[in-house]
Amino acid sequence: MLSGWGRWPMVPGRELLSEDLASLTVGASLTRGLGRSYGDASLPSTPDARVAGTRLADRVIAFDAETGILRAEAGLSLRDVNRTYLPRGWFVPVTPGTSFVTLGGAVASDVHGKNHHSAGTFGRHVRRLRLRTGAGDIVEASPEVEPDLFDATVGGMGLTGHMLDVDVALRRVPSPWIASETEYVPDLEALIARLLEAGKTWPYTLAWMDALGAGGRGRGVVYRGRWAEAEEAGGRPLTWPREVVFPMAVPYWALSPFGMRWFNELVLWRYGRRVTRAIVHPQTFFYPLDSLLEWNKAYGRRGFTQYQCVLPHRAGLAVFRKVFQTIAARGGAPYVVVIKDFGAEGRGTLSFPCPGITFSIDMPVAEGKTQAIVDAVNDLVAAEGGRVYLTKDAFTRAEHYRAMDPRVDRFNAMRRRWDPEGRIRSALSVRLLGDAA
Amino acid sequence: MKRIAIVGGTKGIGRAVARLFVARGDRVALLGRDTGDLAASAADLAARATSAGASAPVTAVLDLERTETFATALDEAARQLGGLDTVVVTAGAFGTQDALEADAAARARVLSTNFTQTILFCEVARTRLLAAGGGTLCVLGSVAGDRARKPVVIYGATKAGLAYYMHGIDLRDRDAGLRAVLVKPGFVRTGMTAGLPEPPFAANPEDVAPAIVRAIDRGTPQIYVPAIWRLVMLVIRWLPGAVMRRVKF
Repeated sequence: MLSGWGRWPMVPGRELLSEDLASLTVGASLTRGLGRSYGDASLPSTPDARVAGTRLADRVIAFDAETGILRAEAGLSLRDVNRTYLPRGWFVPVTPGTSFVTLGGAVASDVHGKNHHSAGTFGRHVRRLRLRTGAGDIVEASPEVEPDLFDATVGGMGLTGHMLDVDVALRRVPSPWIASETEYVPDLEALIARLLEAGKTWPYTLAWMDALGAGGRGRGVVYRGRWAEAEEAGGRPLTWPREVVFPMAVPYWALSPFGMRWFNELVLWRYGRRVTRAIVHPQTFFYPLDSLLEWNKAYGRRGFTQYQCVLPHRAGLAVFRKVFQTIAARGGAPYVVVIKDFGAEGRGTLSFPCPGITFSIDMPVAEGKTQAIVDAVNDLVAAEGGRVYLTKDAFTRAEHYRAMDPRVDRFNAMRRRWDPEGRIRSALSVRLLGDAA
Repeated sequence: MKRIAIVGGTKGIGRAVARLFVARGDRVALLGRDTGDLAASAADLAARATSAGASAPVTAVLDLERTETFATALDEAARQLGGLDTVVVTAGAFGTQDALEADAAARARVLSTNFTQTILFCEVARTRLLAAGGGTLCVLGSVAGDRARKPVVIYGATKAGLAYYMHGIDLRDRDAGLRAVLVKPGFVRTGMTAGLPEPPFAANPEDVAPAIVRAIDRGTPQIYVPAIWRLVMLVIRWLPGAVMRRVKF
């Protein structure tokens, strides 16, 4: 059985693993990295489809200590990159909220992070790719060579070919520590205003919202961060925290909105009602959950989904409130809400971020209920000109997706050029992009 | 600083162990058949090493199936590293009993690679280490060698035989300064085990590598990785044959 990080859907199938990606991807219908996309992006279209797992192909091919350009096999994880190169003053240019993502996965999802407003998506920092196309050829693509294929691959959910290796420019940092500030904010309006304000001067920003407490006003915490200067950090050497495994799936009855309210209260209590400044570990700042392995079990056996969409600035805050009300009215508890402002759109044909505000909401999967919630929210988002993040998605319907993203046709045309027989497919491409199973 | 030759250091557990050695400044020679693969892995290790150049890993061609390559590969490694004090064998062949029953060539390969050829290689390595006044010889066995089980009859037999050999070397040579280290991995997610149903306590190569390096440093005669497998195998070894005939694992 295979599933994404949300443990829903779970489909029959198995993943082949080898250090030798060039051989492994011959005849494969999909590549899969660390399986951290939440829904069905890394799942096969049929149980007998050949799924090539890339995570053993994790060799560094070359690193240029002058330019910071790293060339590595597609299965190398951001965690490994950071642990190897952060002590030498380099960090991944863009990182999502987990470091358990491969380079290939980071390109396929064109991941974004707390610095999207200042650094764009991961794809902006990719210099070159090598991939095996659906037709079976090994092709190089970059912004200069085969730029159309390059653009389709960045954010292309692994559907344009099997990535073999990636060149990405790492970012120089003055110290391995983060100078961070957290600020308590009483309601949603102020939260977004403070987030946008922070983005003017801080390279890393994020907001966390408590959708359950305080009458649903949307109080929360704004996080701001930058790399600490060497003298601020005081030359402390960096050690990585110990990782522990989440012991078992939490029983369904324990996942109550009541429990989550108390969790949120606890977080807010910790940050108090003021600004807190500290020099913190990059793991704490970027990957707060990475030290707790397999935390997805916290959402129980039925799995969970994360709904993430972006709304253009013109949509206004009323739409946000309506989204949360819609979820609550249909019996869904928005457990964890994370908000981030996006900067300019990247070059990826199907890349998710566009200027506006994005928010993501974790929800445990409940039979029947979750589908209805996602449908209702998608109605709102489509009407406002927003779109959903495929890497997180498991429930969006093809009609909604097409209404949100007119770029699909151009993307599919590009795929056909390099894969005339349509060999590369995923459960997601069958669900949303019109592929046959 | 150790001078270490690794057979199988380009893949799986061997790759993870080689990275740890290089990260702390040991000198590593990768021994293997495919020169392209060796060069790519050496480049990976060099790119990860903190002080570039100082401890660049080297390579030498060795084919476990060809006995005549053993001495030349070890001599070449020793020449490039200026001596050799540790030899590690992580290479091996695997097949489930069903797969091996269906394929005579694979059967012969598992038997010869894991048992005959590995021991012949260890004999060559052992003489060289003893001649140099001692050192450490580390070989990967398997928990499959601890108790016969239905899915891994032939593979388990080769690893059981290898374990006997390593225990014998430990008894015979420890006083002469040669420390034999037998590592018994449980289920580790590598290319070798891909596609097999995953038992509890499955681990990744990088999870088990630190314990292996520690065992090599200390000269521990035998370790299980992850450590929980010592307990698991203790129970399984005590299960009566009547039970083992009935269970599937």
